[in-house]
Amino acid sequence: MSEDKYEPVIGLEVHIQLLTASKAYSGDSTEYGAAANTNVSPVSLGHPGVLPVVNEKMIEYAVKLGLACHCEIREYNEFARKNYFYADMPKGYQISQHHTPICNGGYITIKDTEGQEKRINITRIHMEEDSGKSIHDQDPFNTLIDLNRAGVPLLEMVSEPEIKTPEEAYQYLTEVRKLVRYLDICDGNMEEGSMRCDANVSVMLKGADKFGEKVEVKNMNSIRNVQRALEHEIKRQIDCLENNLLIYQETRTFDAVAGTTSVMRTKEEADDYRYFTEPDLPQVIVKQEYVDEIQAELPQLPDQLFEKYTKELGLSAYDATVIIDSKSISTYYEALIAVTSNYKAAANWLMGPIKSYLNENAIPIGEFVIKPESIAALIGLVKSGKVSFTVAAQKVFPLLVQNPNMDPESLAIEGNLIQDSDEDSLNDFVKQAIAKYPDKVLEYKSGKKGLIGLFMGEVMKLSKGKADPKKANQLVQELLEQD
Amino acid sequence: MKIDNSTVDKLADLAKLEFDAESKKEIVKDLSRVLDFVGKLNELDTENVEPLVYMTDETNVLRKDEVVQEITQQDALRNAPKKDSDYIIVPKVLQSNPEV
Repeated sequence: MSEDKYEPVIGLEVHIQLLTASKAYSGDSTEYGAAANTNVSPVSLGHPGVLPVVNEKMIEYAVKLGLACHCEIREYNEFARKNYFYADMPKGYQISQHHTPICNGGYITIKDTEGQEKRINITRIHMEEDSGKSIHDQDPFNTLIDLNRAGVPLLEMVSEPEIKTPEEAYQYLTEVRKLVRYLDICDGNMEEGSMRCDANVSVMLKGADKFGEKVEVKNMNSIRNVQRALEHEIKRQIDCLENNLLIYQETRTFDAVAGTTSVMRTKEEADDYRYFTEPDLPQVIVKQEYVDEIQAELPQLPDQLFEKYTKELGLSAYDATVIIDSKSISTYYEALIAVTSNYKAAANWLMGPIKSYLNENAIPIGEFVIKPESIAALIGLVKSGKVSFTVAAQKVFPLLVQNPNMDPESLAIEGNLIQDSDEDSLNDFVKQAIAKYPDKVLEYKSGKKGLIGLFMGEVMKLSKGKADPKKANQLVQELLEQD
Repeated sequence: MKIDNSTVDKLADLAKLEFDAESKKEIVKDLSRVLDFVGKLNELDTENVEPLVYMTDETNVLRKDEVVQEITQQDALRNAPKKDSDYIIVPKVLQSNPEV
């Protein structure tokens, strides 16, 4: 209906809390969960006369993310003071970057609704510091301030307003989270606030050349909630337009329980942060040689892995996507394909028996006891026909979990699980099976070829599951076709 | 630059301060005097002078990412006008910092 007339315009600002040991401009710890106001220093407390010094890791991580997003890295970097008052930011300003963001341009690739690749361009990524935390719900009359988070390094990543649907926003954030996790610069945990997202959203008539009034939506603590908040906000704005109501430029907050947004503050006047160059922090010059060094150290990133898995290893796009989705899974897969060239079998093992074992026992793959070498040996056992895949997955694998340091083949021998491909003993089983159902033999001969399954079942039963199915099948067929 | 009541109102708003009418008059006068004084610099011709941003030629003054614990929680809370055993206490604010 009327929604088809409109087109949403979405831009996302993502705050990425960096996994450094110490803060952006001082040596106090960034550890999460410490007792309130213990991870602090005179710098993060905003005492007068103190001197901030830039953490070199913040520069390194910014360059890493910039390179991973195909950005241009700025050579001459300045820091700037963004002035405003807030109780959890004791200096009265945030040390940020203004005119000289360290990363410029670049893009994130997502898949649009038709499954086509689409680039979302990045405007900038700049370095800044986090504020402390205000706690509003512990004391009815006061707000409590904890400055442990004050000064923790952040990267703010701003997209161009090129995101067209809440679904695209979801994908964009999923890709950003994957990237920061692969780069190991942020844990990407939106629930705990180490990755945060603000959305700028407006709607306009399709094909219009001027954007509608822009609304900023905040406080969405999961990627899914960003999508829900946008869905709601777009609908709200369209309703306003349809009913000739004005949309105000304002900041709204998302209520995850109700699934709605409500006004947080109105922006009557443009913000006035009186930015000026931070005189306490000299320029940081990022030389090309430094950028090249970081580039050379970058881990394999999701896009590259996808290319490799689908083009070189012959995995399906689905399999590749599932493996790459989590860095810890792809790390295990990488270790596995370093010791086996059965890439497809390795993927099947990882996504089949290994994943279900980990899921059932709630074990993260980082704590999985079986070494990739043993899984490779198991794959080899199946390939050589010594055990069937079913026996390997259902019998040998559980034994291996119990005895992770044992060799799979010894376990299979010990457990009497080695497949019987000895023709003589197979022949006995096949003969017995056929002798058991003379009437079925006649039916088979008169054309009911499906009955072969019945004889195979009998052979497997007689051999206690150890008959090599391929050979047994061949023998059954041969005997039945005789005369 | 002309300082009038609306300039003072705007500055007061940014600085989260409040003035009565009497103080406002004084502040207009004071601010004008300071600006006139600094305005003297405008008499110099700076056409071909590069702006001086930093008082040092040093660049890339960086620290290693190492934790240094300089003070205790007790030290941290010492200067807070209001506090309990763990927190700095401020008047009730409704929302968290909207900027970060």
